[in-house]
Amino acid sequence: MSATTTHDSSKNYINHESGILSWLTTLDHKRIGLLYMWTVLTFFAIGGFYAMLIRTELFTAGKTIVDAGTYNQFMTFHGAIMVFMVIIPGVPAFLGNFVLPLQLGAKDVAFPRVNLLSWYCLIVGAAIALCSLFYNGADTGWTFYTPYSIDTDNGTVWLVLGAFVMGFSSILTGLNFIATVHKLRAPGMTFFRMPLFVWGLYSTAVLQVLATPVLGITLLLLAAERILGIGIFDPDLGGDPVLFQHFFWFYSHPAVYIMILPAMGIVSELITAFSRKTIFGYKAIAFSSIGIAAVSFFVWGHHMFVSGQSEVAGIVFSFITMLVGVPTAIKTFNWVATMFQGSVRFDAPLLFAMGFLFLFTIGGVTGIFLAVTAMDVHFHDTYFVVAHFHYVMVGGTLMAIMGGLYYWFPKMFGRMVSDFWARITFLLIFIGFNVTFFPQFILGAMGMPRRYYDYLPAYESLNKISTIGAWTIGTGFLIALGVIIYAMKKGEKASDNPWGAKTLEWQTSSPPPHENFINDPVVTAGPYEYR
Amino acid sequence: MFFISQAHAESFMPPVASTFGDAFNSLYSFLVISSLIACVLVIGGFIYFAIKYRRQSENDKTAYITHNNLLEFTWSFIPFVIFMVVFAWGWIIYNDMRSFPEDALEVHVMGQKWNWNFIYKSGKESVEEMVVPVNKPVKLIITSKDVLHSFYVPAFRVKQDAIPGRYTALGFTATKKGNFQVFCAEYCGDAHSSMLAKVRVVSQDEYEQWLRQGDPYEGMSLAEVGQKIFSQRCVACHNATDQAKVGPGFKGLWQSQRTFAKAEGLVADENYIRESILNPAAKIVAGYEGRVMTSFAGQLDEKELSGIIEYLKTLK
Repeated sequence: MSATTTHDSSKNYINHESGILSWLTTLDHKRIGLLYMWTVLTFFAIGGFYAMLIRTELFTAGKTIVDAGTYNQFMTFHGAIMVFMVIIPGVPAFLGNFVLPLQLGAKDVAFPRVNLLSWYCLIVGAAIALCSLFYNGADTGWTFYTPYSIDTDNGTVWLVLGAFVMGFSSILTGLNFIATVHKLRAPGMTFFRMPLFVWGLYSTAVLQVLATPVLGITLLLLAAERILGIGIFDPDLGGDPVLFQHFFWFYSHPAVYIMILPAMGIVSELITAFSRKTIFGYKAIAFSSIGIAAVSFFVWGHHMFVSGQSEVAGIVFSFITMLVGVPTAIKTFNWVATMFQGSVRFDAPLLFAMGFLFLFTIGGVTGIFLAVTAMDVHFHDTYFVVAHFHYVMVGGTLMAIMGGLYYWFPKMFGRMVSDFWARITFLLIFIGFNVTFFPQFILGAMGMPRRYYDYLPAYESLNKISTIGAWTIGTGFLIALGVIIYAMKKGEKASDNPWGAKTLEWQTSSPPPHENFINDPVVTAGPYEYR
Repeated sequence: MFFISQAHAESFMPPVASTFGDAFNSLYSFLVISSLIACVLVIGGFIYFAIKYRRQSENDKTAYITHNNLLEFTWSFIPFVIFMVVFAWGWIIYNDMRSFPEDALEVHVMGQKWNWNFIYKSGKESVEEMVVPVNKPVKLIITSKDVLHSFYVPAFRVKQDAIPGRYTALGFTATKKGNFQVFCAEYCGDAHSSMLAKVRVVSQDEYEQWLRQGDPYEGMSLAEVGQKIFSQRCVACHNATDQAKVGPGFKGLWQSQRTFAKAEGLVADENYIRESILNPAAKIVAGYEGRVMTSFAGQLDEKELSGIIEYLKTLK
């Protein structure tokens, strides 16, 4: 399954061409992956800055640094940026773009031009979204619930239209990946020889293509309502505000799986590579991805148990949500079993994968609390929900992105990240994360509603702890940024396969040549043949 | 805005003050314990494996174990059974929450930016405070005047969104006397976190007595009437000091020069205050553009309007 490399090793995809224009017009999936990397990192820094402002404001009850209106803008921009510009493109468009064709043994994705177009969609969408800052900003929260989003300032329209355009980025990436997986696998690469990261990206791509258009239509209707005064969601014009929630969550629930499924794929790669052992339950993990993707379309109503939807609908959605829990549990148990009798090396990427397992398990079990109708009546729209989805999205997806970044970094740049410093960032982020978000479960159980600028004195001590945790996470990520930039310039030279992993991307040089593989790889075995 | 001793948790959970509380807490405890067991198994498991099977040398050989169908079935089936148990258990409690007895006391609840209004069948109205008798089923018929709100009483473990143009319902039976905190749980703008109220649970006698009290302002001067209304309806957004909140602070407002975003400036007098309450969008003070106050037209009578004006005159 190897392709011997006998080419000029000084030539690679990075120095294949030079100049800023060569980057902005590149059709190379690896270069587009790096464009996404810088884009996502920039937005992550902005979204993270808003997070620090939010937590700092909540350090004390009452006013700490800003007034209520400004706070509401902070929480809106934090949410919208992190969801639409960081976590959704974070795994598929950044890591997926770089790794997917390499893992399949392909020269590129199926539609390289569409791939570049999808990056431009993200940039244009983000630019439109940020225009809202010049129109009094937006203060609706990332959910844009009607009729508040119809009554409030004009900046909301820009943010909504920006999210609409960014949706195309997601759709096009998904389309590209589906075509690539079906048409461009190397000879011998059957579906069941594909790495599990590819399975994760494939299930995600299906969600992106099927669910995102619904969000697009919904946001367009909202914009039309505001600009043209058509009564769709506004009760004053005969519309139905709850309809918006149905439309919105029909996309946004599958969207949380767009965020987590590829992250689960990364974790599968990391655990098997650093345990140097074949994955336990390959087919169970692969099919559970597809299972989660399929069922995730029918659970959106669990966001709406107290919204005024019918009781029967609530019960049915609660039931189906329980069914999503099963494949998720299957994955977790299989990862744990993979380590059994392995040969485990604690490099930084594995620490992040273990961090994922730790935090995602807590995020997962608290998800069951929220899926139970009677529990959710109390917990809905409290800090319990905030803690739950941060455990899943940050503790899960972001941990996986960090792990994946450190893991594939040698392949991307041909240099190693300092393992010592990478572990330091892990410790700061992991500890800071728990200090920030665990108290929020308790705050939520105590009844503190979310999106609160001010809170009762009884909630103050836990909020203080949470804020201190947030500053710790912030420090961790700042150090991580420094570590990554340093490694790009001065990191130790990486060998082609520094981790001793078996998937195809490690069979080519680091960094790979422009055409990925000098000799086309031929696959004769599964992806994790550690014998 | 007001500190209610029994309103929120002193420990990890709010006090139990409705018939749902104990059922809720039992299921909650079950979930916490089974989650703890699951977390210990999974997290403990991988940490144990990772340490026990840590790499000894770079030539380590590992076992080639691909799958085990019996294991896969076991660890799918056990979670499935637990999920079904909590689903059914939750359903039973939820069904209870959503069943309203025929003889329930009905109270209309209207949310608006940023107050809760309660209207009783006798026609009695109350702001920021709902009085109900203990051990009596209550059904709230909830709506909103402007945007979405959500009526949330942690001590009762109940919550229901308030939707403009539509009625939703919420039922409970209070089991303890006292004051219990009401929050707005659905984001509704600048003073969302100040949209507080309380449920005062009293004996049947006290409730009936409270219901009969005709004039809530009996024996009060106009300024006192104004102060009372201010503390109920205005404090979510306005301070009685010169500190701005969502809207301007009111200290020194009377007879001061006002400058507006779009209209010509004027000196604050009776007519200006009246217009600002009944038609707030007419003149927006410079620096507060884009902050829309909800009109109180139809919700305050002449005496109450005069009361507010007289009260503002006292804030010097």
